[in-house]
Amino acid sequence: MQKYSVFSLVKNAFTNHQDWEVAWKDPEPKKEYDVIIIGGGGHGLATAYYLAKEHGITNVAILEKGWIGGGNVGRNTTILRSNYMFDSNAHFYEFGMKLWETLSQELNYNVMYSPRGIINLAHSDAQMNAYARRGNSMRLNGIDAILLGRDEIKQMIPFADFSETCRFPIHGGLMQPRGGTARHDAVAWGYARQADSMGVDIIQNCEVTGFDVNNGKIEGVQTSRGSIKTKKVGLCVAGSTTLLADMLNMRLPIEAHVLQACVSEPVKPLLHQVVTFGAGHFYCSQSDKGEMVMGGDLDGYNSYAQRGNMPMIQHVLTGGLAVFPNFSRLKMLRTWGGIMDMSMDGSPIIDKTHIDGVYLNCGWCYGGFKATPCSGWVFAHTIAQDKVHELNSDFNLERFHTGKIIDEKGVGPKPWIG
Amino acid sequence: MLEIKCPYCGKRSQNEFSYGGDATVKRPTLGEEISTEDWDNFVYFRDNPRGKHTELWHHVSGCRQWFKASRDTATHEIFDTCKMNEAFNE
Repeated sequence: MQKYSVFSLVKNAFTNHQDWEVAWKDPEPKKEYDVIIIGGGGHGLATAYYLAKEHGITNVAILEKGWIGGGNVGRNTTILRSNYMFDSNAHFYEFGMKLWETLSQELNYNVMYSPRGIINLAHSDAQMNAYARRGNSMRLNGIDAILLGRDEIKQMIPFADFSETCRFPIHGGLMQPRGGTARHDAVAWGYARQADSMGVDIIQNCEVTGFDVNNGKIEGVQTSRGSIKTKKVGLCVAGSTTLLADMLNMRLPIEAHVLQACVSEPVKPLLHQVVTFGAGHFYCSQSDKGEMVMGGDLDGYNSYAQRGNMPMIQHVLTGGLAVFPNFSRLKMLRTWGGIMDMSMDGSPIIDKTHIDGVYLNCGWCYGGFKATPCSGWVFAHTIAQDKVHELNSDFNLERFHTGKIIDEKGVGPKPWIG
Repeated sequence: MLEIKCPYCGKRSQNEFSYGGDATVKRPTLGEEISTEDWDNFVYFRDNPRGKHTELWHHVSGCRQWFKASRDTATHEIFDTCKMNEAFNE
């Protein structure tokens, strides 16, 4: 594989950039693979990459219905963080943060990891107490967290509403300095390029239409490009998990919901951190192009449509203007939607299933992008070793029967609330 | 913007309503012996169809009545709505 560097850039400049190698091939599906990953999004591509790199399993196919990176890895708001209170989440996402820190070097692809810090604003004394508690839990788990007062926040985002009469006064906030953003498409493309170079077949425009299961064991998959034999299948299709699970007679604690995001026109550098509003659901960061990238609540009804409606955009931006009144003059550039696998406790499921050789990676709710490296890493381990890793042992399917749910948000089994 | 027909008030904009989730979920009968698995299924597990979905809506900023709607989760088209104790006209 061609290494990307300043030298290869200069070298290719002499040939008008006509001779770059393709980043990944477009192979025909083989008759049989050791492992098939369904879903060519961030998680699927990362899983294939770590299967090849960490476990030496290279006879792997990624089957993607559309094109790689066309689903939620291309539709998120690119935020990375590990500011969780519960141990299961904290350990898992912090492992992921460590992978993010060296990902560009590891993939030889600039994922534009930007540890600009994420600030959760607090608007009451009670919320400050809750953030102090969360920050302490994070620090006990070795995660960076700083509790900021009103004045410190004011120095960082002076244009926020610090007036005495505003409806939700800023009391302070919790900051994770290592949190930040990364370029979402580059993550998918970087993993794809490296996986391909190690022998993984990335097969696009290939929809899975059925599974061949015999005596509780997976034997192959039916696709729009013919049947393919395999001994192991990993499902990485968050958003459409139920559609595949139905083919396997698997009922899941998941509902599909649409989540929208939007960007403004580009403006000069203004917002240097990721900021979340604590009195409503709104968060914002400024992209490298200068656009304000904003998001908030689910539209609030079950949906498989990758588009939403205006009332929720208006609701989210109303919250946004409460904290950043100067945004009222920004023009909106575009809005879009993606389908969330909303699990019933707000935490993902990375586990084996009742079918031998079928592995499940789903239920990412709003938080799938930041988990891309660690999700791929533990899922590759789960598939290769046929057992869950310590890091994902709590993210099992069984917890909805044992009661050991991971309800970080504590809203109950109603995903459209909260 | 969805236009939802409240069976009591007629067509209103989405802003007046709030969502109540899957209407086919049935709470186990009170006082009856029931397995923990049935409870788990009631609390956590959903059919989650892509296509026709029977769901609850609440006309919270209107008549405050709960009602059922039949809606397509892929296109957001609303086929029909009816009162809680009625059936759809399909």
